[in-house]
Amino acid sequence: MSDAVSLIALIPRLRRYARALVGERAAADDLVQDTLERAWSKLHLYRHGTDLRAWLFTVMHNVHVNQVRASRPTTALEEEMPELVQRAVQGDALLVRDLERAIAALPAAQREVLLLVALEDLSYDETARVLGIPIGTVMSRLARAREKVRALMQGKGGSKLQVVK
Amino acid sequence: MSEAEQSVSEADLHAWADGRLAEGRRAEVDAWLRAHPEEAERAAAYRALNEQLRAHFDPVLAEPVPERLQSAALRRRRWRAAAAIAGWLVLGAALGGVTGWQLHAQRAPAPLAQADTPVIARRAALAHATYAPEVRHAVEVGADQEPHLVAWLSKRLGAQVRAPRLEAEGMTLVGGRLLPRDPGPVAQFMYQSAPGRRVTLYVRTEGPDQRETAFRFAREGNVRVFYWIDRKFGYALSSADLDREELLKLANAVYQQLNP
Repeated sequence: MSDAVSLIALIPRLRRYARALVGERAAADDLVQDTLERAWSKLHLYRHGTDLRAWLFTVMHNVHVNQVRASRPTTALEEEMPELVQRAVQGDALLVRDLERAIAALPAAQREVLLLVALEDLSYDETARVLGIPIGTVMSRLARAREKVRALMQGKGGSKLQVVK
Repeated sequence: MSEAEQSVSEADLHAWADGRLAEGRRAEVDAWLRAHPEEAERAAAYRALNEQLRAHFDPVLAEPVPERLQSAALRRRRWRAAAAIAGWLVLGAALGGVTGWQLHAQRAPAPLAQADTPVIARRAALAHATYAPEVRHAVEVGADQEPHLVAWLSKRLGAQVRAPRLEAEGMTLVGGRLLPRDPGPVAQFMYQSAPGRRVTLYVRTEGPDQRETAFRFAREGNVRVFYWIDRKFGYALSSADLDREELLKLANAVYQQLNP
């Protein structure tokens, strides 16, 4: 189906977001797979002519929320992303590790907002719709997420990170 | 304190960092930031974080898509097809026809000698649909490193592969990538014409008992594929941009180059 082809074409973008969201590659791909399966079963809820990628982010958000609720604590990023660390430019290795840690340190709700806006380039409005929250909540979570990441990345001495309250 | 200062909000700073301010407003916020170095530093840090995130996670876009995810994207219940088509046709219009590969398989011409041959066409079409729309991450290794690309893919496939030269047909090599496959890896070369029309050549190794075949044609959604088996390789040439005749001409050119 052409719909399958459009889903296939969006997989790399879903994977990028999932990787940033959950950190570890296999878990991120599990999330993408669950999202695709759920998307097929919820297809009747998809509204014609709207952005398919945004809709899939909504599906992924719901799947992710359920999974987080159902089980595991947030996984730490640092040991679980060897691939990406390898890909990073060597001189930036320290920065990369700090970035991963700082993102992992965010509450999931703030992390989602930050990633949808900063990584996926969704507008504040789109982000609000994807997550089903008011735009004011988007802005306050975004502000808190950015401040926390900035504090974490600035407040480090060497490679040690400290949470600044 | 100026008027603008009064009115620059926290939301403005984020919108500034995200490049989402209208031009006039951006100029006002720029002016305000010049007068407020601390806030300017903070906004600049937010903007830098966006760039760091993209630099860090964009490589995921170029990673080969695991087969299990491709399967998940294809899986669906047949009885939902009508509803699905109604809902997705709008999108489908941009991507081409509504003929599913399952449907297509039923309509396919006489079965080939090798039962799994159509699989190559389907996988090649999916790989094409996955990577051909990519602007920045279409290939893993660019044509500027062609010797390295060919050596790498040959090594991974365990057989000498070649990237045919298609300049005479108006197609230049963009580069290539390695795709996962059970049981062995697959090479994908991407070509592009001056107007940006793209073609991918999917190359995999075949068992020694594989018979040669003539060109066969298949269609997956809006992706057209000519595929054939020649000695130890299976080839599939895919495009969503070329019509059947153009693609056949190109397939002939590829075949002749690989069999001088």
